[in-house]
Formats: sequence, C-alpha cells, structure tokens
Amino acid sequence: MSQTLGFCAAGKVFKVKQVLPSVLSSKLLEMGFYTGKEVEILYKAPFGDPIAVRVGDYVLSMRKSEANLIEVEQN
Amino acid sequence: MKKVALLGNPNTGKTSVFNRLTGLNQHVGNFPGVTVDKKSGTLHHDGQTAEIIDFPGTYSIYPHSNDEQVVYDVFSNPRHPDFPDLTVVVLDAGNLERNLLLFTQVYDLQIPVIAVLNMSDVAGRKGIKTDLDQLKQAFPGVRICETNARAGFGMKELKELIFETPAQAEFRPLIADYNVTDSDNESWQESETRQRYTYIKEIITASVRHENPTQAATKASVWDKLTVHPVWGYVIFALILLLIFQLIFSIASLPMDLIDGAFADFANWTGSVMPEGVLTDLLTGGIIPGLGGVLVFLPQILLLFFCLGILEETGYLARAVFIMDRLMRPFGLNGKSVVPLISSAACAIPGVMATRTIPNWKERLITILVAPLMSCSARIPVFTLLIALVIPNKYLFGFLSLQGLTLFAMYMLGLFSALAVAWVMTRFIKTREKSYFLLEIPEFKAPRWGNIFLSLYEKSKIFVWEAGKVILAISILLWALASYGPGERIQNAVRKIDKTAYPGEKYEDKVASVKLENSYMGILGKTIEPVIRPLGFDWKIGISLLTSFAAREVFVGSMATIYSVHQEDNEGLLETMRQEKHPDGTPVYSLATGLSLMVFYVYAMQCMATLAIVKRETKSWKWPIVQLVYMGILAYLSAMITYQIFS
Repeated sequence: MSQTLGFCAAGKVFKVKQVLPSVLSSKLLEMGFYTGKEVEILYKAPFGDPIAVRVGDYVLSMRKSEANLIEVEQN
Repeated sequence: MKKVALLGNPNTGKTSVFNRLTGLNQHVGNFPGVTVDKKSGTLHHDGQTAEIIDFPGTYSIYPHSNDEQVVYDVFSNPRHPDFPDLTVVVLDAGNLERNLLLFTQVYDLQIPVIAVLNMSDVAGRKGIKTDLDQLKQAFPGVRICETNARAGFGMKELKELIFETPAQAEFRPLIADYNVTDSDNESWQESETRQRYTYIKEIITASVRHENPTQAATKASVWDKLTVHPVWGYVIFALILLLIFQLIFSIASLPMDLIDGAFADFANWTGSVMPEGVLTDLLTGGIIPGLGGVLVFLPQILLLFFCLGILEETGYLARAVFIMDRLMRPFGLNGKSVVPLISSAACAIPGVMATRTIPNWKERLITILVAPLMSCSARIPVFTLLIALVIPNKYLFGFLSLQGLTLFAMYMLGLFSALAVAWVMTRFIKTREKSYFLLEIPEFKAPRWGNIFLSLYEKSKIFVWEAGKVILAISILLWALASYGPGERIQNAVRKIDKTAYPGEKYEDKVASVKLENSYMGILGKTIEPVIRPLGFDWKIGISLLTSFAAREVFVGSMATIYSVHQEDNEGLLETMRQEKHPDGTPVYSLATGLSLMVFYVYAMQCMATLAIVKRETKSWKWPIVQLVYMGILAYLSAMITYQIFS
C-alpha cells in the first residue's frame, strides 16, 4: 500500500516509490529522494508541521506539503 | 595566482575549511553582474599563494536560488573571470551519498578537483568508514584527503595537495562530454540526477561501510526531542532570547557610552587646538561625531552576532527555525525570518544583516523591508520621554501601569505591523524563484570559536566600511543643514538675544536654540509645519523629526536644544515641554499629540544607518528608497488617524 510521506507516522521506515511531478521534483530528487531510498520521519514540529525526515544518513526538515510530493511504501 | 574554488553542500564544514585555509586574509566582493557576495581569501603555504573563492553552499550545480545561480554561472562558463584552475569539493564524510551528487557533476566537467572528506570525526562516531582507495578507483584523476577542519586535522595535507601539480590521469566521466548548459531543462536534469544516484549507490556500496548496519546511524536524540517539544521547545527558545536581550541591553550600553564619550571628548579637544573656522567646524561637528555615529552601533552588532553565531554553530538555530515555521507561514514568511525579526527588536542593522541565511530572495527581501518596524532600542528614549509627558502615572485595576502598558502597546504595534506588511508584500512582490522550506538539520555540536570570531570580523568590516561611508555622508549633510542658514540670518538672530534675560549657562543654551531655529534645518522644519499640523505637530517637533533621521534617539537631544534646555537634563526638558502652550492657551503636548508622535516613531524610517545597510545588502538604492517611502506614508497616515481619534 502506498501513501505520501507527509501523512506517515513518525518512527517507521519507508521506501520512496516516486516523487510526484511538481516544480520541486528536481530539487527533491537532488536531496536524495530517489526511488528505493530509505526514509523515516524522526520527529514533527508542534502542530505536526514541518517534519524532520531521515534521508539515509542525514536529517532534512520539510513542510508537510513538500513531504506529500513524495510517494512512499512500507519497507 | 592560482584560482581555487571551494564548493560543497551546506553543513559540510566548508566555512571551517575556508577559515582554516585563509585565516584573516579574507575579503568580501561581488560576482560580476549579480547581487551575491563573493567571499574570497588568500592562502599562503611554503612561499606559494593561491586565491580561494568560497562559493555559496549548494546541493547541485543546477540552481534553485539566486545564491546557487552563481555556482552555475561560473562553472558553466570556462570564460567566466572566476572560473577556477582547481576545485576543492568539501564532502560530509558521514553522508557521502548525497554529497557525491555535486561532486560527480564537477568531476564530469573535467576541472582538476580535490575531494575533501570533512567531518571525519562525526562519521567515525556514527560508525561510518570510507575506503579511500575504492573511492580513488571510482574517480580516476581525483586527489582525496580526509580532514576534520573544526579541529584543524588534515589541513596541512590539503594545503600541499592544492599546490601540488597533479599526475596526468585519465578522467572517467560518468556522463561523457558533460556540458551543463545543454541540460537547461528540468526533465533532463531529473533523469541525469537519477542516473548519477544509480552510479553513486554502486560506489557507496563498494567503498562505505556502516559498522552497525542493523541500527540507523542517524536518530533523534533527547536534545532533539526537547528542543522541538510543543511546550519545552518554545520555552527554551524564549529563554534563549531573553538571555540574549539581557546581554545586549546590559553589556552593550557600556562600550556604547564609552564610544560616545570618547568621540565627544575628541571633538572638543580638536575644537580647542585648531583655529576657529569652517574646517574645524566640519571636523568637530560633522566628521568626528559622524564617525562616532558609525562606531557606536558596533557593540550591539557584535554582541548579537556573537550570540547568533553560537546558536548557528551548535546547530540550535535549525531547531528554532523548525518550530517557528508554522507560526510565520500565515504572514507569507518562513521560520528563517524569525531570528532577523527578533534581532531587529534590539537593532535593525544586525537584523537586516542576519537575513543572509534566507536563501529565497523574495522572502529575504520582505524580511529586510519589514525588519525596521520592530521597535528597536533607539526608540526607547523617544517613547520614554513622550510617555512621561502625556501618559498619567496611574495604575489600571491597581497593578497595571498605564505608562508601562503604553510602551508595551507601541512594541506590539510594531510587531503586528511588521507581520501585516509582510502579508501584504507577499502579494505584490513577484519572483521566478521557487519557494521551499527544505532545510538540513545538523547534529548538535560544540561551537568552533574561530568561525564565530572570523564572522564577527567580517560583519564589522562590512558595516564600518560599506554602510559607514553612507552614514558618514548623511551625518555630514545633516550637520551642515543644522549649522548653517541663509546669509546672516543666524548671526542676526543670535545678536538679538537679550543677554540679561539668560544668565550664565542659560545663554549658551539659548544661542544653540536660536541657531538651530534659524538654520536651514530650522527653516525646513517651519516649512513642513502645514504638512504635519494634521498630525498635531508644530515646527519645533518638525525640526526634531528631521534631525532624528540621523538616529531616532537624536529626537530627545534636538528637543532639548530647541527648548534651550541643557542637554541630558530630562526633568528640565519634561517640565518645559509640559509648559509649552499653543497661542490659544491649550498645551502643545496633549495626549493626542503625544500618542500621535509615538505612533509616528513606530512607523517612520528614521534611521540612516539601517537605510545604508539595506542598500549594502540589496546592492541597490531601490529597496532602501521603497522602505523609506512606504514607512513614511504609514507613519504619516497612522499618526494622523491617532491624532484625529484622541483630539
């Protein structure tokens, strides 16, 4: 079952399925969200937005709307 | 001289490497044709020298912001004056995969390149080990060294590599005949990035080893959880801000008073040893106080950037941005605007300079434009005087001081106006740049003091040399306007003063008052009286509004001069102003006029130093002028409405 990263719970590891087409897709790809990349939400800001995502070996903070441009599936 | 480009992702310790290579031999200039600062420095090693250019941090050669555009402009054009002979790419050894993306792009351009695996200590702690020989095999022709620039480890080797003539080697580009200008199209770029990551993944598998692969090396620490906690996160942020403001208001005033005093003494001394004349007047009245007026800002700027430097170096700043972003979004700003705006509550100059951390030009510009609306410390003397003058010293419900409440209201008015104006501006300022929040959260670490002190040195140099010129020029102009009048007007007016009515020191105060009244500034103040009458102001206030363009607190001194009260005699000034009557017998400083004047000071851009630094940071006169005009209109209209409501 696939879902977008912004709606995922913290603490579970997911695999990137694809980056949805948008003006940010090339940027997100450069930040390491290629298909098959392991990602995990480490923690969320108050109000649940933005979120801190572990992308491989580093932590990226992103807005929920930006995270929802990334389709993930359970590992 | 050999031109060496320093390139790398943000948060790779690139600044530490740059500081280690160049030390104090750094300067800030411009890249041709763009508004981005060019930081460069000279490296001396064993009698050889090289120019090191520190490029803005970027994740890819393809730009997503104006800062990153510079990297693309230079590297896509071998004829560019800043095109390097050698590129040093700084890589985070603990996160090689994403860092190699930019590296492979540079490698494919076939520019001689050195790869620096920095932060090897952090990588070691995470259990990440890199096999350098494997990496060298993957990129023939590349020289690689491991460093920990924070501790200074590996720098000697890097310096030697920079001056060494590399052995001829066959480059094996990942993409043959790579030409960045060919790929000006995003879907091409995306497929290129995918292709690169596929290749990079293979290299990482062959050369990087995780020592405890069952467990992710990167996880949320207790400190992460605490600093982003819905309650404790904000409490910690508030406490840190409180501490910074305590420091600024308690410590900065000491050197500021010293600078003020020293320049006043120096001006007096100069006046006493030089022959009387225009030149002496220019020195003692214009140039020396003007220089003092530049330097007096330094303590605040240095202290604030010292504190911000610690927050940034430790990695706390990224957490503060993280928890503040959601709160700033409704106003069209993002979390990165918070620190510049809060800094502006001490002084807008460091506030404006602190906006450099905002990569998006539109968001940065809006933050710069609204920052001076935050009530700065220079407004306090103005508010204090006016509150004492028109607000009764009474308590609401027995404990809420009316005077304190008024001061609080002025601060809130400034804060909410800044947010409201930002909201309006996001709708008017257009940009082609994409807006995004994506921000790396670095690990917590101890600050490196060398980096902080070098940044303080650079910031003071920029302020004193670049903004200082403008500030000095305007203060000389203001001094000339306030010291000279048409023809014999000043001399005639002074001659008419009845000496017997003003015994002793009072005579000198009266002379100062008459001189100012009959100077060009005085005439200007009288000329604008009809314009400012709807705000409840007379020509005396008009003159003080004009002179306080130098700095808001000058208002108080000008008022004292005009009412021929001895300088710094605040009680005397208050008493005189209270007695001041209109020709019809009503007091000049009524509640309506006092409030209107305070509101005027909340909005008006009465600070040439801020305008000078905005010009420096936006590299054009357009934005300081826009700021002067919009804030002026806001000040005029709001003061008029206030006056009409309360009178």
